[in-house]
Amino acid sequence: MKEIINLPVSKIEEEEYHINMGPQHPSTHGVLRLVVSLQGEMVKSLKPHCGYIHRGIEKMCEKDTYPQVIHLTDRIDYLSAHINNHAVCLLVEKALEIEVPERVKYIRTIMDELARIQSHQLWWSSFGMDLGGLTCFFYGLRDREMILDIWEETTGSRFLQSYNCPGGVMQDLHPNFQKRVHSFIKTFKKKIKDYDRILSGNVIFEQRSMGVGMLSKEDAISYGVTGPSGRGSGWSCDIRKNEPYSMYGQVQFNEVLRYGCDTYSRYMVRMQEMHESMNIIEQLIDNIPAGDYSAKMKAVIKLPAGEYFQKVESARGELGVYVVSDGNKTPYRMKFRTPSFSNLSVLDHISRGMKIADLVAIGASLDLVIPDIDR
Amino acid sequence: MDNETLKARILGIVPEAQPEENKQYLTLVVPASQMHGLGEKLKNTPELSFDFLFCLSGVDYGKELAVVYHLNSTVHKHTVVLKVKTGDRANPGFDTVCDIWRTAEFHERETYDMFGIKFNNHPDLRRIFLDEEWKGYPLRKDYVDEVNIVEF
Amino acid sequence: MKEKDFQDNETLELFRKTGSGILMTTIDAVIDWGRSNSVWPLTFATSCCGIEMMATGASRHDFARFGIEVYRASPRQADVIVVAGTIVNKMAPVLKRLYDQMSEPRYVIAMGACAVSGGPFYYNSYHVVRGVDQVIPVDVYIPGCPPRPEALLYGVMQLQRKIKLETITRPEESMIMGRK
Repeated sequence: MKEIINLPVSKIEEEEYHINMGPQHPSTHGVLRLVVSLQGEMVKSLKPHCGYIHRGIEKMCEKDTYPQVIHLTDRIDYLSAHINNHAVCLLVEKALEIEVPERVKYIRTIMDELARIQSHQLWWSSFGMDLGGLTCFFYGLRDREMILDIWEETTGSRFLQSYNCPGGVMQDLHPNFQKRVHSFIKTFKKKIKDYDRILSGNVIFEQRSMGVGMLSKEDAISYGVTGPSGRGSGWSCDIRKNEPYSMYGQVQFNEVLRYGCDTYSRYMVRMQEMHESMNIIEQLIDNIPAGDYSAKMKAVIKLPAGEYFQKVESARGELGVYVVSDGNKTPYRMKFRTPSFSNLSVLDHISRGMKIADLVAIGASLDLVIPDIDR
Repeated sequence: MDNETLKARILGIVPEAQPEENKQYLTLVVPASQMHGLGEKLKNTPELSFDFLFCLSGVDYGKELAVVYHLNSTVHKHTVVLKVKTGDRANPGFDTVCDIWRTAEFHERETYDMFGIKFNNHPDLRRIFLDEEWKGYPLRKDYVDEVNIVEF
Repeated sequence: MKEKDFQDNETLELFRKTGSGILMTTIDAVIDWGRSNSVWPLTFATSCCGIEMMATGASRHDFARFGIEVYRASPRQADVIVVAGTIVNKMAPVLKRLYDQMSEPRYVIAMGACAVSGGPFYYNSYHVVRGVDQVIPVDVYIPGCPPRPEALLYGVMQLQRKIKLETITRPEESMIMGRK
């Protein structure tokens, strides 16, 4: 310390120093600790420290039966809770070779797309808030409440419903479901134009996000950055198109790709995805076939011995579930390949040479949910 | 490329690999010393072009510890699963693949944290989720924690 | 529950027993009114309950009308810490350090099943602290997984009632447990 005090001022400015964006921080979206090594305002490198919300879910899954595991998958990535449940249900049904009724596929796809829209709404709210535009927080969360109302009426809970179960869904749709979804889509299509006016076309936002955090396509593939963050670099990695499941093979929608590779492209991909999701819902909502809401399953679910893998497209990227089963009613090993874990690994690479304020924008554009990283 | 051609190509590169039958994807058990060389060839050969490592998991098979690599090609859209196993539970070690696929850096740190499997030539092999002073490797089958984990 | 329904609460008996002069009672009332109607929380959300806390702060269930006007980023400036989410072994020392940095009077609300008792992670998890009251003293517990925004608002109202029962003449018999 004494040596630094005795240096002339110009030398002090060249010393590298480390700051800690600690686990409790307004803009790290949860408990992520970043130790950033700076020179002046420029980031030279950064090291993420994870584990502040590591709950040991993979070990817990080895003692839980398959329906009980669904409740834990909700809490891994709570903003795409339906999609996480969907992955485990698809895996169990594929292993037991059970065909679910058509009605179940329609319901699951519609719920997945609603989950994607509300996740992107929350992402947009917190993105704007991180950059200083507090209006975005209120607008986004106000519109998200409409989706939570729809869910509450059908499933009984606003958030973390555990609605999917192996074989189908827990209970049938409420009679008002169609009406509410129609009115939500009608209202949201008008409101989303406001989002573009507030943030997308804003000159301050454009200057803060264009050219910031460049991620090339080869790097995205090598680091495994899937989802909207990867599609912002031109990598076509949407599992709904490449390996369709449920009703995704039978609806028309576009995969949103941008080639700018920067924060602005990743932002625009998500904004456009909200439009595409509403498109998918509109194609399905009026044609839900009548039928059972669940296939007949045995009381105790035992998967045959072997290894299974299921991929789905969650709001953050590719979620993979890998199960090694030895024939019992609990999995022998259950591994979740979560999208935010791989997305985090690229944060160091793309923020070198950026300023600290840009680091906040980059972290927000990757859309990290920390329990998804730590499980 | 379909599974049979892929199997033939990989057996041509590593003849000691043993395929496993009746699995969802083409699965091969590869000797640990040849994994790195095979990985490089799989990525750099244009007809194979496995550039996306989408899952790297550790598995404890009771007597052996294994690492399972799920590889996909974004160009040809084929998938292969490779496994490396070791019976050495006291000091398991494999070669790292993070110079081939950068996503392996974090995944290998997680496997080290949960299973104790060391990776040679890894740039930064330390625990990622648990504290540095944590004793034991939780996801191993012989991990004992009387306080928290309920055994039936 | 209305304030006058705190009938069978033994702390209310203690309050009546201590009793103060007329002047001090009025000053107490004014100070407690001021304190309870402007508790400013620290931005602290670990997992899913954090989203419900954000939803409570948004425009439908606005909790600025209860006095929770702004979130403070620094613990030195905050009054209450709403522990929303699971606390794990690695995070517990950080939480204790944050709590120690807050200045008196400070309060803690444990929101959600994970903060109350470990929640869905009670069995078979090797890294979860079973309830945040093993680390810091808690004033109000809010059950639920996640609790509805209305439940969080009710919890905040209970905290306000607790604060109103404090008295400045005898801080050692203060209603809030564990304070000095």
